[in-house]
Amino acid sequence: MAAAEKIIGSRIKRREDPRLITGEAKYLEDIQLPGLLHAAILRSPHAHAKIKSIDTSKAAKHPGVVAVYTGKDFADVNPMPCAWQAGKVKNNVNTPCVLEIERVTFTGAGIAVVVAEDRYTAQDALELIHVDYEVLPAVVDAEKATKAGAPQLHENAPNNIALEWTCGTQDTTDRALKEADVVVKQRMINQRLIPTPMETRGCIAQYQAATEEWTVWMTSQAPHVMRLLMTAFVFGVPETKMRVISPQVGGGFGAKIFLYPEYCLMAALSRKIGRPVKWMETRSENYIATTHGRDHITEIEVGAKRDGTITALKVNTYANLGGVLSTIAPGIPTTLYGRMLSGTYRILNIFCHVYGVYTNTGMVDAYRGAGRPEATYVIERAVDLVAHELGLDPVAVRRKNFIPPEAFPYDPVILNGLKYDSGQYAKALDLALKMLGYENFRKEQAEARKQGRYLGVGFSSYVEICGVAPSAWIGLPGEGWGAGLWESANVRVHLTGKVVVTTGSQSHGQGHETSVAQVVAGELGISVDDVIVQHSDTLGTPFGYGTYGSRSTAVGTVAVYNSLQKIKEKAKLLGAHMLEAAPEDVVFEDGKVFVKGSPDQSKTIQEIAGAAALAYSLPPGMEPFLDNTSYYDPPNCTFPFGTHICVVEVDKESGEVKVKRYIAIDDVGKVINPMIVEGQVHGGIVQGVAQALWEGAVYDDNGQLLTGSLMDYAIPKADFFPAFETDRTETPTPVNPLGVKGAGETGTIASTPAVVNAIVDALAPFGVKHIDMPITPPKVWRILQGNGG
Amino acid sequence: MKVSIKVNGTLHEREVEPRMLLVHFLREELGLTGTNVGCDTSQCGACNIHLNGQVVKSCTCLAVQADGGEVTTIEGLKSNGHLHPMQEAFWEKHGLQCGFCTPGMIMTSVALLESNPHPTDEEIRHGLEGNLCRCTGYQNIVAAVKAAAGTK
Amino acid sequence: MYPSNFDYQRAASVADAIQKGSGDGAKFLAGGHSLLPALKLRLNEPESLVDIGRLDALKGISVSGNSVKIGALSTHAQIASSADVKKHAPALASACGQVGDPAVRNRGTLGGNLAHADPASDPPTVVLALGGKLHLQGSGGNRVVAAEDFFLDLFTTDLHPGELITAVEIPSVGQAKSAYAKMAHPASRYAVVGVCVLLEISGGKCSKARVAVGGATPKATLSTAAANALVGSSLNDTALNAAANALSGDLSDVMGDVYAPEDYRRAMAGVYLKRAVRAAMG
Repeated sequence: MAAAEKIIGSRIKRREDPRLITGEAKYLEDIQLPGLLHAAILRSPHAHAKIKSIDTSKAAKHPGVVAVYTGKDFADVNPMPCAWQAGKVKNNVNTPCVLEIERVTFTGAGIAVVVAEDRYTAQDALELIHVDYEVLPAVVDAEKATKAGAPQLHENAPNNIALEWTCGTQDTTDRALKEADVVVKQRMINQRLIPTPMETRGCIAQYQAATEEWTVWMTSQAPHVMRLLMTAFVFGVPETKMRVISPQVGGGFGAKIFLYPEYCLMAALSRKIGRPVKWMETRSENYIATTHGRDHITEIEVGAKRDGTITALKVNTYANLGGVLSTIAPGIPTTLYGRMLSGTYRILNIFCHVYGVYTNTGMVDAYRGAGRPEATYVIERAVDLVAHELGLDPVAVRRKNFIPPEAFPYDPVILNGLKYDSGQYAKALDLALKMLGYENFRKEQAEARKQGRYLGVGFSSYVEICGVAPSAWIGLPGEGWGAGLWESANVRVHLTGKVVVTTGSQSHGQGHETSVAQVVAGELGISVDDVIVQHSDTLGTPFGYGTYGSRSTAVGTVAVYNSLQKIKEKAKLLGAHMLEAAPEDVVFEDGKVFVKGSPDQSKTIQEIAGAAALAYSLPPGMEPFLDNTSYYDPPNCTFPFGTHICVVEVDKESGEVKVKRYIAIDDVGKVINPMIVEGQVHGGIVQGVAQALWEGAVYDDNGQLLTGSLMDYAIPKADFFPAFETDRTETPTPVNPLGVKGAGETGTIASTPAVVNAIVDALAPFGVKHIDMPITPPKVWRILQGNGG
Repeated sequence: MKVSIKVNGTLHEREVEPRMLLVHFLREELGLTGTNVGCDTSQCGACNIHLNGQVVKSCTCLAVQADGGEVTTIEGLKSNGHLHPMQEAFWEKHGLQCGFCTPGMIMTSVALLESNPHPTDEEIRHGLEGNLCRCTGYQNIVAAVKAAAGTK
Repeated sequence: MYPSNFDYQRAASVADAIQKGSGDGAKFLAGGHSLLPALKLRLNEPESLVDIGRLDALKGISVSGNSVKIGALSTHAQIASSADVKKHAPALASACGQVGDPAVRNRGTLGGNLAHADPASDPPTVVLALGGKLHLQGSGGNRVVAAEDFFLDLFTTDLHPGELITAVEIPSVGQAKSAYAKMAHPASRYAVVGVCVLLEISGGKCSKARVAVGGATPKATLSTAAANALVGSSLNDTALNAAANALSGDLSDVMGDVYAPEDYRRAMAGVYLKRAVRAAMG
């Protein structure tokens, strides 16, 4: 349809922006309620300690303080659930309580709360609480934590092992390694990152005693799931007793998926006190109490033939999960990591072994990309290591091993039954190389080296899994996710012809209000201005699992699309009735129903919606109104891919690295709004490059976070980058009728190894074959000091 | 202590604790919640406003220090009901995603063009070094500032 | 993000400020860009703040004789854009233009910055290299202290309780060359290392030099060894390498942290010395 093609795929300005650029949007902290109280949380300054006693008497007497509580006051509230446990293995689960009672296992665990008339007073009273701790020895390194003699965090987790998980086959992989012409081994650290959405977390809970009902506002990427977990698992009340609202949410990047103790604490406080209570995290709290991401220690062995064919990959990873488990922590370094280790390559023998480990550090869970950046880092570094070992061009080794286009759908075996949907890996690589001017670059590089200037180029030909996920695959029978993972949508065409879409997805920067409206407008042949997209409130939207894993378009919007098809079917029936034609003779095109070949005599969707709503004359048996709800459980995940190229220059004297060019070719399938997709890619690149160069959470041996603020933890600034050069190839997915794959995480997943590979390439003259991240100037300098630089 | 501050053209008098930060004065006392708080170490620029014609971090200024001053916040940027050209440019160029840094980013960008009406890309990136955005990768923000400057 | 309570007094004059600021637990508040961040995290909980931000006597930049006199309340932005400072103390204008970010520069003051004596901040290094003098006023009267005598240790200065910096006087660089080169921490933008050089050139050779380093040591530090290595040379690569080595060797008590260890900072002092000299020589 002409109109649909025009709207779907066009760069429509975002419909959510007017309220955001004027300051009218209401984020959590902006919400005021009559009688609102303010909470401040006392957090453990120790990483591992027994709480011997807490004296709150002084704080309770402080003027303006309404109440002070400790964990003992909430002994009736269950601990947070762990909703995704590693599939088919035993998980030794320990999760946070609203406030810890006897013991803390990380710096920042909440142990007491002050509720006061204003936030300043609450903070004052925090200083008046006295806690007597027995400090215990701490361990922060995941590998060391599993060794004999390490401090033990939890009785049910001997050697601090929360889970042990494998995928692939060990014996064939070992055999292939033995038979390989070359085997390269490398230990690599995928360091801990702090997600840092610009808005920290917060929650307001209001309890109505008369009805025993809560309204809870929270900074959540998944309000329906929050309600389910809080009511069914934490409070043990009917789900209908709680309404959860995500107001405007200022970024999440995964860190706002989870059910945190503070949210349940606010709910418990509002019930106890009988007044609404607000907690808004400070940035300092955010750094210690909100989840972190990554934190793997990995040993790889990769086997190859002399011609560059990779024959085996063996991976052993210690995944640091922190002092207690966050909501979906075990699923990240298992399903979303091990199962993607084949990358874009046909590798017949893969074995991955993972320990998920407790340490005295903050919780680790999904952070943008979640497992897939770690997998991509492993495989994209492995390819370069093989190229280096064999003296081959890293581009040639990639080509040699690419899964060819005719092999799709491709079963990489370790995906436990899923298949890569579609891909043209060489096409994306070729386009990227053309933009780079690869041959010229190598000449320029050689010239520069003669002058003592060190340029390097790095490649990353990635594939990722998104649009998660078929419920039967990811759920308890398969990968251990403790629920389904479909999405829902309701589409209503009102009497006036205006369309209201409600979705279980949650938008916190992704622009759903625009892209979903584009699909509706395109399908129904109406203006996007006639579509309203409602989300983020459990009252009035159908259940949905939330926004993460680049799933809202590939799953959530497909649910919308499916409803639209059913609405169009009904509109055709009613339109035919109105035209006094046989239903099989009419078509729906460009927002009109007409008899095939007679577009002049037509009924518009608005006329049909009006007729459906008024119901004066409907075909026999037809219900009034154009209204449909769909639940879409995807038959497969989707697998975006592409090639990113980074060009760097390394200063030999100081070790400073400058990103000179960054080229990104992404294939995210069909694109609904190119402007929004480009924005997602830009932001993703920055986060991924930041891991390579600047970001890294560092704990000292006592479990104190040394990078506990934006003074120390370097999230990138505008002047760290050149303008990115981006383009796309478009290989639609056969998985869903929109052909869309997902674009939220590609940039982050792809970019990190591209940068590291570029730096290693730049330093090749010094014999460097690997550097751990973040590749800061001191690190480069030290390597060059040791290598004759 | 009593302070009187002209905000977006209207004079406001309030009795405040000396420790109250200007950003809390704007948000809590005046209900101007467009100005956001993104950190507690004066790094992120989400709270940037104009004080006496200059871009200032409203989290690093006491309300009592602003006594007698003139403040413009994101809410005061529109004139005669029309968006400021910088607001238009951010919208047009997709210079925002979650929107949380946007008020501070726009206020800084407006001040940037006031001191340098035709900046280069590099000058724009340098001028925004005190404003953190975690979503956009800055590329479209730079494009927006350029567009607003008419130097495209 | 929520400072503890304090008394707040606004000084009506310098004398009034000195009187009010002499009490126990009192601190002066100028632009607040060193003090308020500490208050917000409750790293500092003073009993009272004496706001000197409105004292006109502490404002203004003027040139008299062979020096430029910068009122203590001059903001980094004012200094960075001042034609007088650019002419007579260009390295200071440059350094002030690199403090924090634009919003910080609009509020942060030179006097507040120097009184805070953060070794990783840019202005102390430059004021030291350029031979600046601090004009102080306290209950005991006025005095003038050379920068090298003013900075005593980490966050520690020669200021007496209740004493204020009223102005900073920088001798005009005249025909001498100067520059400040800084490696900024990627998060804080403070100097991992910052080096300022002041070079007099005569007959194609360096006839006199001053070299100051910040970021690396607990206080901004002058290096005579580095200066001596430059003097008499034509500032060619050999001389610069010698001076860099001299500087790295001359620094005692070099600091290290999670980002930049001690040996790296020491080495970078030399690297940035070379960059500062090259920048100065254009």
